[in-house]
Amino acid sequence: MTHNPFDSLPEVDEPTTRRLHARLVSTATQEGLLDIAYRTLDSPVGPLLLATTTTGLIRVAFERQDHNATLTSLATLISPRVLHAPAKLDPVARQLDEYFAGTRHHFDLPLDFRLSKGFRRAVLTHLPAIHYGTTESYAQVATAAGSPKAVRAVGSACATNPLPLIVPCHRVVRSDGSYGQYAGGETAKHTLLTLEATQAKTQQH
Amino acid sequence: MTVKPFEQVVDEHGPAVLRVCRAVVGPVDAEDAWSETFLSALRAYPDLPDDADVGAWLVTIAHRKAIDITRARARRAVPVHEVPDRPSTRGRPEDWDGDLWTALAQLPDKQRAVVAYHYVAGLPYKDIATITGGSTDAARRAAADGMKTLRATYQQGAKP
Repeated sequence: MTHNPFDSLPEVDEPTTRRLHARLVSTATQEGLLDIAYRTLDSPVGPLLLATTTTGLIRVAFERQDHNATLTSLATLISPRVLHAPAKLDPVARQLDEYFAGTRHHFDLPLDFRLSKGFRRAVLTHLPAIHYGTTESYAQVATAAGSPKAVRAVGSACATNPLPLIVPCHRVVRSDGSYGQYAGGETAKHTLLTLEATQAKTQQH
Repeated sequence: MTVKPFEQVVDEHGPAVLRVCRAVVGPVDAEDAWSETFLSALRAYPDLPDDADVGAWLVTIAHRKAIDITRARARRAVPVHEVPDRPSTRGRPEDWDGDLWTALAQLPDKQRAVVAYHYVAGLPYKDIATITGGSTDAARRAAADGMKTLRATYQQGAKP
């Protein structure tokens, strides 16, 4: 007699699971237990992972940066109370959509810079001062951040920028005018700078 | 040292815990039991030891929630003049197997819990004994007795 009466039941009940997940997000929010909410967003530079704390947006990651590994790292460094809660990132998704459509030239969002410290943070704080459609060299950024000799450190600050796109590290290029590296890949950097150059020009005329 | 995001815990264990809740407290209260289980789990999750068995931990929480719900249900139960012959098995399609719950509901609480934790959650009797109290042998016997009754009553219900 090996018959198990539970075998006939479905393993996963999709509609109920979804409903329960939504209820968990809502009660967790009420109880102050949702430390990190995330979603993904399709974009011209590939799927983006967006994560926010109650302070503000804490992480934007390209697909090549591995979304799962990024979430694990957030769980380890910030808090494991992480849930997929797209609605919490609606304003971020909307502003990014507008940016890619060319209608938004700067972001107006609360940011959480906890993942970045010291000089790297000083560099990231300066980056939004580089205007849409323009670029600066790594050396210029080093000077602006208060350490003219720290050109390499500017490079690593850009490479480890936890908030690419929003904090425009793509506007930092090599002194010879070539793009240089980018967390989202050189193609993505090219796409972004071309978009911005085109939009900025259109606006001038 | 890395920590799993809680979303992954919900994704991996959510469906199994729902099955356990439905078997232990029935389809009507199962969603409350699941929600309270995962909210408590989320609260305690940062303090969970690295080597903990997450599945068994969740069933332990669900067990406590099921006891709360069963007590609350007993308090709000209202006597009726006529007991219906058979509870309705109709309802929304996602509402589980009415006949199976009817059969499960007839088991003593301890037997129903042990059957669910072993046959639905797949936990070994040693872990189940830790959750429900009592010895491993007692858990094994309660499950055997529960399954014997269940097979008789549920088979009967399934083949009229």
